[in-house]
Amino acid sequence: MTAKISIRHLYKIFGPREKEMVAKVKAGIDKPTLLEQHSHVLGLDDINVDIQAGQTTVIMGLSGSGKSTLIRHLNRLIDPTAGEIRVDGDDIMKLGKSELRRLRQKKMSMVFQKFALLPHRTVLQNAMMPLSVQGVAASEQDREARKWLARVGLDGFEDRYPAQLSGGMQQRVGIARALTANTDIMLMDEAFSALDPLIRTDMQNLLLELQAELHKTIVFITHDLDEALKLADHLVILKDGAVVQQGEPQQILLEPATPYIEDFVSDINRARVLRVGSVTSPLSASRFDGDIDAGSTLEKLIALSDGDTNHVYRVMRGDEVIGQLDMKDLVKALVPRVRSSGESGAPKG
Amino acid sequence: MAAYDNLFDTLGLRDWCDADKSEAPMSMAQLLSQTQGADAAAEETGLPFPSLDVLHESCHAIGQTRDLTAGLEEGFLSIRGQLKTVLDPITQPLSWMLDGTLYVFETTPWWVMIPLLLLLSWVVSRSRAVTAFVAVVLLFFALIDHYEVAMQTLAIVFVCTGLSVLLGVPIGIGMSRSNTAQRLIVPILDLLQTLPTFVYLIPLIFLFSVTESKLYGIAIILYAIVPVIRLTDLGIRLVDQDVVEAANAFGMTPNQKLFRVELPLALPNIMAGVNQTIMMSLAMVVIASLVSAPGLGVLVLRGIRNLELGVGIVAGLGIVLLAVILDRVSKAALSRVDKQRNAQ
Repeated sequence: MTAKISIRHLYKIFGPREKEMVAKVKAGIDKPTLLEQHSHVLGLDDINVDIQAGQTTVIMGLSGSGKSTLIRHLNRLIDPTAGEIRVDGDDIMKLGKSELRRLRQKKMSMVFQKFALLPHRTVLQNAMMPLSVQGVAASEQDREARKWLARVGLDGFEDRYPAQLSGGMQQRVGIARALTANTDIMLMDEAFSALDPLIRTDMQNLLLELQAELHKTIVFITHDLDEALKLADHLVILKDGAVVQQGEPQQILLEPATPYIEDFVSDINRARVLRVGSVTSPLSASRFDGDIDAGSTLEKLIALSDGDTNHVYRVMRGDEVIGQLDMKDLVKALVPRVRSSGESGAPKG
Repeated sequence: MAAYDNLFDTLGLRDWCDADKSEAPMSMAQLLSQTQGADAAAEETGLPFPSLDVLHESCHAIGQTRDLTAGLEEGFLSIRGQLKTVLDPITQPLSWMLDGTLYVFETTPWWVMIPLLLLLSWVVSRSRAVTAFVAVVLLFFALIDHYEVAMQTLAIVFVCTGLSVLLGVPIGIGMSRSNTAQRLIVPILDLLQTLPTFVYLIPLIFLFSVTESKLYGIAIILYAIVPVIRLTDLGIRLVDQDVVEAANAFGMTPNQKLFRVELPLALPNIMAGVNQTIMMSLAMVVIASLVSAPGLGVLVLRGIRNLELGVGIVAGLGIVLLAVILDRVSKAALSRVDKQRNAQ
């Protein structure tokens, strides 16, 4: 399967002589040395990521890890120093100005952390913006914008101005705007980070709901691991501009590749995030205390079993039996993998 | 023997200095020393470094200070012909616009003009209080028989402000696009703003005939265009970069970005600039009456020239009233835009 977006050996260095510095970075010079000796900042360091169509790829990292820089490379709001980005197989580095505009209009839409709505336009006009930029007929602009505003729960607010809406509602307008563009790819740059926790949960659920229906290719940036685990089909963890680990989120949780990621994942509520399917073993028992769906969270199973660790459950995916789950395995999975000796005193990230 | 003879002798420049020795006109200091005795000449300027006049005494190849001003004048006069050939046709439309607008404002009967002006105030400000205030002021002008001169001043202000906005906004946009352009234009704007207003008139009088209306038109525009340029540049630079990024991300062309994002978001700042431009052209209109600009300024000038205190003060207060209505109307428009932006 070819990826929708494929990023190969992408480097970004900030500074006046970025092209010269690439060779040094490729030769293995690290970020602090580059800054100290050459006063250039290493933004992205050899990024290789495949983003699959119809999936949500979450890029996660702390501030300064280069995640916002990376997402801006996908629609070339920032140009890379070296490397290749292919969208549907086309190298977007080769696009001229007008082709690039067409890419941004037709293939990628973007949702911003600070909403970035036009303050002098109404909600409806904001939602119509992507189509009016493309010069689509006014009646169609109006129809599409109203449809998506209603879909994100904003019918009745069409004639308000953004300043009259709460943060959560403004971001709904941002999402409606991106959906109106009717692009395959949606880039979401810390889209929910500026919202308060309850609203954020609402918005995450809205996004999951929309995604189940629309199957867009979503690239989602966040610094919040809970959010990342909730939304991700594919999780990419960035640190200092480099990918530390990427893969299926449950996999990362159960088998963190480095102490950094262990630290990262140690704080989260594993019972709520891990799914039954991730801790299933092959069928061996003869008697089961019940059936459980592979997609259920461990938390749900603990509630079901009433905390009894002697139970063994049969794991189903739809009508198919895919294995069994021993409550003892479940309890083990709840404890983060024991760190290798000598590193136990490392400070948390 | 003059003070710096030795210096030029040691440098071996004596021949060069005396090459075209002739009787140069006397400097002011020499003239004074002739009439007041030798004491004044000995004092020189009292400064520890040489002035042009002192150096001239020792070395005739160095010009006197008066040669500087004379040279500037000669230089200007020598290019005057060419400058006139270029500038005359370019600026001719300004004369037509000023004369035309003056004609319209003077000949339109008051019962058309006043309702039109009130309608304009209403459309721009959407404020009943402001419109009523404008009506009272206009009727007051009629009452004291200053209606016609006030209309002349208003006509000049309209034309000059309009042209300032028309020229100033694009210049401001250009400035906001490039830091180099900004670095080049800012000193010119500083110069235009600080140059004493009378100084504008001096070269213009040499270039154009005093009877042409473009003479004062240019002086007013040069003086009044500065704030609208500055505030357009500032306004566009202050536009929220997140919104500009969003415009880019949705594939707007540079023109779409300018007209749909940057100019609308910079509008409050640009309008503040327009308000300042109106005020400054009104200030300049009085000085422009020195070079035949009609209107209230003429009466102020008459007050000064003939010591007609009443005429001068009434006309001056008339200008204040005009300033107040123009300011109120444009401020009301500005706050209307602001209010819509931050609607609660």
